[in-house]
Amino acid sequence: MHKYANPARFGALADRILPWARWVMILALIPGLWLALVASPPDYQQGESVRIMYLHVPAAWMSMFTYMVMAGAAFTALVWRHPLAQLAGRAAAPIGATFTALALVTGSLWGKPMWGTFWVWDGRLTSVLVLFFLYLGYMALDRAIEDEEKAGRAASILALVGVVNIPIIKFSVDWWNTLHQPASVMRMGGSTIDGSMLTPLFIMALAFQAYFVWIFLIRMKLEIDRRKAAVMRQSLRGI
Amino acid sequence: MSGSFLAVVRRDMALAWSQGGSAALGLAFFLMAVTLTAFAVGPAPQTLARIAPGMLWLFALLASLLSLDRLFQADYEDGSLDDLALSPLPLGFVVMAKVLAHWLATLVPLVLVTPFLGILMNLPDKAYGMLVITLFVGTPALSLIGAIGAALTVAVRRGGALMALLVLPLYVPVLIFATGAVEAAAGFADPLPHLAMLGAVTLVSLAVAPLAAAAAIRLSLE
Repeated sequence: MHKYANPARFGALADRILPWARWVMILALIPGLWLALVASPPDYQQGESVRIMYLHVPAAWMSMFTYMVMAGAAFTALVWRHPLAQLAGRAAAPIGATFTALALVTGSLWGKPMWGTFWVWDGRLTSVLVLFFLYLGYMALDRAIEDEEKAGRAASILALVGVVNIPIIKFSVDWWNTLHQPASVMRMGGSTIDGSMLTPLFIMALAFQAYFVWIFLIRMKLEIDRRKAAVMRQSLRGI
Repeated sequence: MSGSFLAVVRRDMALAWSQGGSAALGLAFFLMAVTLTAFAVGPAPQTLARIAPGMLWLFALLASLLSLDRLFQADYEDGSLDDLALSPLPLGFVVMAKVLAHWLATLVPLVLVTPFLGILMNLPDKAYGMLVITLFVGTPALSLIGAIGAALTVAVRRGGALMALLVLPLYVPVLIFATGAVEAAAGFADPLPHLAMLGAVTLVSLAVAPLAAAAAIRLSLE
């Protein structure tokens, strides 16, 4: 892993992965959107509004996945002091916050026709909102401390403490049986969703995942360049 | 080791109750907040009775937040935090001692006056006992989780607002299970599941918070 602590080597690796991630994203997004918005059947109860699911569910998955990436980076940064781990956390946080906001907004828009309300204080919605605040707190703390190295480590501690929220989100629909439906894709005994809807859902999830890899690597490279520029500026001031 | 632990506890409690200490201010905030609630939602007894458990818990939470942002900051500014970090007592235990002192000096008085405020808020009779029990079980978690936020923002100027952003999301489970238990007791349901979860939250934060806060303090002392 420390082989890629060298930013130049990491940059070369990222450059090799980036086109793949971009093409997977494009090639999954086109059939995914077509299947999701046109070809898949409307739900027998929900009608056409079921199509929000193909955005909502992948966004919600990615909101948790990104947090786990961030927490993994935080752990790596604190334990092994890997120089790129802090940058990874810093790069992932705004992406995760955006996915979370997207999940909340699409869920809200889906909730209005289905539940008759934009928002209820049920366990799943509340814990995802808390996740959004955790992302905001991470970014605010990262920005509040001047020394970038210290800021990164302080934010990493916060990210690790916040991990407790992830299982709460996952199991909230089983613990509090309210409006949000229980797990219906990843559950014991197989999915309760029909194949004609499951296929576009998974294709969309793949597109989201590829998008994450793509934007995450771009942001990592950006962070490295930013750090480089800061060091150059400092050495210029030294002269 | 227990000697220096107790010394830190005694010192912090003396500071909290001395002039300019935060303990009395937290208590005053608590009383004022209850008074303002009666103005804000109107004095109708049924309304107050309905919201009393949640409001009292919310004010206790905010009062603890108000006093927590200075938990390490004063010591950081005058350099005594460096001394404490160098003492033979491991930093995690220093954190625990300071948290214990904060809890005893600031939150226990709040818990003790809550029944009287319950009278003002027209709290249902059946809820009194459970409200005090949940406060005793849950408020240590407030101090512990708050200590993480206080330690992370110790070197940040005017870190109070930032600390609120960091800590309030982590307070959500405490609030959910505590008010769940009180509501259950007021409505003749079994409060024990909520109370057990509340205890679990406190125990988990007892295990995690000293470690996380000590790591954050060490970071800012470097």
